[in-house]
Amino acid sequence: MAASILAVDDSASMRQMVSFTLKGAGYDVVEASDGVQALNIAKTRSVNLVITDVNMPNMDGISLIRELRALSSYKFTPLLMLTTESSPEKKQEGKAAGATGWIVKPFNPEQLLNTVKKVLS
Amino acid sequence: MTFDMAQFHQVFFEESFEGLDIMETGLLNMDPGAVDAEEINAIFRAAHSIKGGSGTFGFMNVSEFTHVMETLLDEMRDGRRQATEHGINVLLQSVDVLRDMLIAARDGGTPDEDRVRAQRAELDHVLADRDGDAPGATAAAPVEVAGSTSAGDVSPIAWKIVFRPHQHLMRTGNDPLRIIRELASLGELTAECDADGLPEFEEYEPEDSYLSWNLRLHDAIDKALIDDVFEWVEDDCDFAIVPVMPEGYDPAAQTAGSDVTDSVPSTPAATAPGLSLVPAPADRRESAERRQPDERRKVAPGGAGASSSIRVDIQKIDTLINMVGELVITQSMLGMLGEEFDMSRVDRLREGLVQLERHTRELQESVMRIRMVPISFSFSRFPRLVHDLSQKLGKKIELKMSGENTEVDKTVIEKIGDPLVHLVRNSLDHGIEKPEERVAAGKPETGTVYLGASHRGGNIVIEIRDDGRGLPRDKILAKAVERGLVKPEEHPSDKEIYDLIFQPGFSTAEQVSDVSGRGVGMDVVRRNINELGGAIEIESTPGRGSAIIVRLPLTLAILDGQTIRIGDETYIVPLVSIIESIQIDKSMLNKVAGRGETFRLRDEYLPIVRMHEVFGIEGHDARDLTDGILVVVEGEGRKCGLFVDDLLGQQQVVIKSLEANYRKVEGISGATILGDGSVALIIDIPGLMRLAKQQGGRAMHAMASVG
Repeated sequence: MAASILAVDDSASMRQMVSFTLKGAGYDVVEASDGVQALNIAKTRSVNLVITDVNMPNMDGISLIRELRALSSYKFTPLLMLTTESSPEKKQEGKAAGATGWIVKPFNPEQLLNTVKKVLS
Repeated sequence: MTFDMAQFHQVFFEESFEGLDIMETGLLNMDPGAVDAEEINAIFRAAHSIKGGSGTFGFMNVSEFTHVMETLLDEMRDGRRQATEHGINVLLQSVDVLRDMLIAARDGGTPDEDRVRAQRAELDHVLADRDGDAPGATAAAPVEVAGSTSAGDVSPIAWKIVFRPHQHLMRTGNDPLRIIRELASLGELTAECDADGLPEFEEYEPEDSYLSWNLRLHDAIDKALIDDVFEWVEDDCDFAIVPVMPEGYDPAAQTAGSDVTDSVPSTPAATAPGLSLVPAPADRRESAERRQPDERRKVAPGGAGASSSIRVDIQKIDTLINMVGELVITQSMLGMLGEEFDMSRVDRLREGLVQLERHTRELQESVMRIRMVPISFSFSRFPRLVHDLSQKLGKKIELKMSGENTEVDKTVIEKIGDPLVHLVRNSLDHGIEKPEERVAAGKPETGTVYLGASHRGGNIVIEIRDDGRGLPRDKILAKAVERGLVKPEEHPSDKEIYDLIFQPGFSTAEQVSDVSGRGVGMDVVRRNINELGGAIEIESTPGRGSAIIVRLPLTLAILDGQTIRIGDETYIVPLVSIIESIQIDKSMLNKVAGRGETFRLRDEYLPIVRMHEVFGIEGHDARDLTDGILVVVEGEGRKCGLFVDDLLGQQQVVIKSLEANYRKVEGISGATILGDGSVALIIDIPGLMRLAKQQGGRAMHAMASVG
């Protein structure tokens, strides 16, 4: 069975790009447009990897990671955040919340796939 | 794998332009000094998304520019910086520049580089205008171990790596094995596992990591690649990366300052046996390539922006689908009826046709409704405009809006924008007085401009009302007399005087400002509105303010028309232009020397346009004016009587563009197909009047001075 990935971003174009790339590589992709939606999805089905944007309305990516990491079923799940180069503090904040790592924006589909392969293999 | 990123561009641009609107509205609502957290967060998020998206989709200039804005917004958000009025204004201007850059990116053009640079400098200036703690911490330097930098000219031939995960490492979703695997992908790797960290069995936590590894990479690769592998786990493990120098190099020159307590031998000593991973040199090039800076993607060729899209409420689509369903049922019913038809079933046929007509009409209405968008698309720019202009003019002005959700045809929205801007500018510039003048006149210091839209009958009515000084009646009259538009002995009504401002080149502004008042405005505004099939009216009370009322048809695709007959030809006159239709009595006719044929309608003398002469139609049957009918019409504020043979009926007609299918014809605004399949031309009243005047028609000299 293909690994399932939850892609969380409030920007439709980024979500589309991420989802299209991953689906093209054979992954099963679920989308959410903010942290609240993502958390609900994550609770109702199992996901092998979460890729989340940081700045989002309702619940941001950092809070989402913190909430997910606290769930027993997501204790070891790779949780990646999409962040911009300019914010090293955000990376630290993310790590402190339990993020596995990050993908620095801007990234291209190849970079995304390489990173995903890295954590899912 | 290659991807065509262009497929995401349209969504990216749509969402970026929405983001710009959010930023603009947010910035306009922002109170200098007292920043609303939710508001600035929304602005920041919008900027952040544009930055992220433009970077990803290859619009680097947009990304870089937005980055500076984002930095400024971030500081305002954190309270590190006061949101000053100046700062907000610079951000607002930057939104404009950004919009231009995005438009250029979308259409494959280049933005105005000078403007971008100037605005960028402006932003940098605001950013630099700060005493201490401005920009955030610079990139947190990773714990740098034993210098790859200090190795001088001699490059290491291999690397020794000590990797000691902290107990919680796996609970961050990371995996020691993954890190080792990644190192193995860089070159030939040997690994030795160190189990000294394992606790007593009773204390062993199955979810924790206790093992350490001594690794050796047998290739002279770039240290940055190794650093990359540890990037995510820097704080979740101890690690040391030590270069192995070629023989003859003095290892003493190397400092081994690291947070790893083990002393790592730095000579190419024997590698201990143990866990040995299969190297995968083939992968090396790939991962090295991954590090190449992303090539700047070329700007997508134009065309993406050419297809304009429209967002439609899903409910409208559902209604549409319902209607189509009904239509299909009716169609199959009629089909069955047709298969075995005899005269006894003629009633059922008639019934079916009535149904068909109803469904078609409903379908037509719902399709039209799809093109309807709220007028807020047009109104949304005004808060900004009023904000900017009132500052420029040194006035205090409040903008009130209502009816933003009133729906209008998309084409109307697109075309009404500029005329509305012109009208609002006029109100701000000429209508509203300076604060001191207002106070002196006993009015509140802050002037109010009201912008409203509403549906009235088949029209949409847009009102621009201000509580300013009103139109200068006497000044307009004096100017009109001076220009010979009004004879000194004439005493036109107030309404007629106000209408004079629609004359070409008519401006009473004492001082031409760059805001408005170059005298190229109101006639153009009126022409634009007339072209949309609409009308414009002015009301004004000296000292109390003025109002401009614009009436527009709901759609440009369908028109309520009056069919008329001239000889054997059928024409359509837009119903909105018709005041009345009369039969002429000889006593009403008037022939003024040099002014051609006119007729008297109550207390007005109106010129007569003989349609068959203007359009060159032969075989008309009404030779005498008293035989035919005069359709009294109004266009661009002028009235005249159209002499036609007969009135046929009123009906809704679907407008087909003549320009798109043939060419522009003076006096004709389009064509339509009638029920019997024949084509009828739709008359453009103002155009017809101009045409009649050009042809030197009998009465047309009168046009200039009457009405």
